[in-house]
Amino acid sequence: MVIVKLENVGLRYGVGPEILRDVSLTLEEGAFHFLTGPSGAGKSSLLKLMYLAHRPTRGLISLFGHDIATTDRTKLPALRREVGVVFQEFRLLDHLSTFDNVALPMRVANVHEKDIKKHVTELLTWVGLKDHMGARPTTLSGGQQQRVALARAVITRPRLLLADEPTGNVDDKLAVRLLHLLEELNKLGTTIVMATHNEGLVRQFGHPRICIEDGRVEQMGPLRPARGGGIRMEGKIS
Amino acid sequence: MSFLSFNHHKDLPLDKDPGTRFLPWLIAFMVYLAALSVIATSIMQSVSARWERGVNDTLTVQLPPAQSVGEDQERMAQSLKILRNHPAVVLAEPVAKSHVLSLLEPWLGDADTLAQMPVPHLINVSLRREVDMDAEALVVKLDQVAPGATMDDHRIWMDRLIRMSKTLEYGAYLVLSLICLASIGTVFFVTKTGLAIHHDVIEVLHLIGAQDSYIARQFAEHSLHMGLRGGMLGLAVAGPTFGGFAYLYRQVDSALLPQIDITIMQWIAVLALPFISALMGYLTARSAVLRSLKKMV
Repeated sequence: MVIVKLENVGLRYGVGPEILRDVSLTLEEGAFHFLTGPSGAGKSSLLKLMYLAHRPTRGLISLFGHDIATTDRTKLPALRREVGVVFQEFRLLDHLSTFDNVALPMRVANVHEKDIKKHVTELLTWVGLKDHMGARPTTLSGGQQQRVALARAVITRPRLLLADEPTGNVDDKLAVRLLHLLEELNKLGTTIVMATHNEGLVRQFGHPRICIEDGRVEQMGPLRPARGGGIRMEGKIS
Repeated sequence: MSFLSFNHHKDLPLDKDPGTRFLPWLIAFMVYLAALSVIATSIMQSVSARWERGVNDTLTVQLPPAQSVGEDQERMAQSLKILRNHPAVVLAEPVAKSHVLSLLEPWLGDADTLAQMPVPHLINVSLRREVDMDAEALVVKLDQVAPGATMDDHRIWMDRLIRMSKTLEYGAYLVLSLICLASIGTVFFVTKTGLAIHHDVIEVLHLIGAQDSYIARQFAEHSLHMGLRGGMLGLAVAGPTFGGFAYLYRQVDSALLPQIDITIMQWIAVLALPFISALMGYLTARSAVLRSLKKMV
């Protein structure tokens, strides 16, 4: 099944230059891709389109088979709940505890508090933060914050997980650990796109790449076949 | 009645906003003023109604003094006869001379001096409201038996007083409306400030799939809470103020100030002010947030 489909997508902010140009790609269910490219190339913008933070200036985006342009605005929150996002800089809510940060996506989905407690506790145990459930994000280390952000992104078992340079502020050891966690999720069927600058990780884990340069999808470089699906690049490939 | 439920988690730290510190005080002041306006309106309604009733029911006939006591008595007797035979008159009673003198004493000196002066004779007349009375024809009749007789129809100056009290009543309504508008405006701008302060948190909530109503509810419940707190405080301060005014009112010895009756409904309106202000805050905040969030994708 196609999870994300972009056709001739362009994006510009206000009257500025086009950040993304003629991007066309299709992500199949269960795929795992790295999104690479230099700073300012449009990686974050592409992810923002996928997690519905922006609408494209032109072109079509389809998420889980729904054409975003024609989908009623009131139905978009339900689609967003199918997408887990690990934001750049994590964007944890400093006034909430680790537990409440992770519980947030379940609360906005009106899940019963009893179920929230069960699932959040399980997940925080899985990511090794059981002893930090009451801690505020500001008191956690970079690696711990990264895991809280990941736990928040996956607590509702999303079909698509988008991670925007989640390893940017942590050392290689923690980055590798995060990748292993993502692979575990991918094995459970979650489609994953992870933006990164870390070429070492890309080589080490060998998932296909979506490479963006100057707003265009430039190349795809699967070092080994991705499990459960692949990517068909329809944009400009150099 | 989900808006009264406070069991929801507060994902937004609205309690720490600068606006949160002054909003209850501002609402307290607004509710205090609103309570005074409501009471003022009620008093004006009560006064107008009583004056109106009084005006329609009474008039005073004034007979100029004659040359002799006997002539005075004759004029009084004939005037009373004419009045008592009129279908619109329920009662016509002469005002005792001593009472007339006591009314004049503050202006014209002691009663002994006044007794030497030609003082007009007064007749208090109570009217039957349902029967029309031709006042001019009655004065003509009275003039025939007591030349120079005049009729002091209270309606003329009472009408002016009633118009004045009605104007004050409408003024109180206007003040009340302005207080409502000011309260709505305050809550609106505090909410807008909150939206700006918590933009990042709101964006995260939005992106993880929160419905607009989920975010709006948090602002609305916060405003409801602030409105209730401020409203209760304002009402608590308004209580002693009413007491003080009531005390001062009782000290004024004047026939112009009738007894004031504030009905149960009017008291309920005053006691409902904190809840009304809280509900207005809830609806204003909710509406402001929903309008703002619509601009997001």
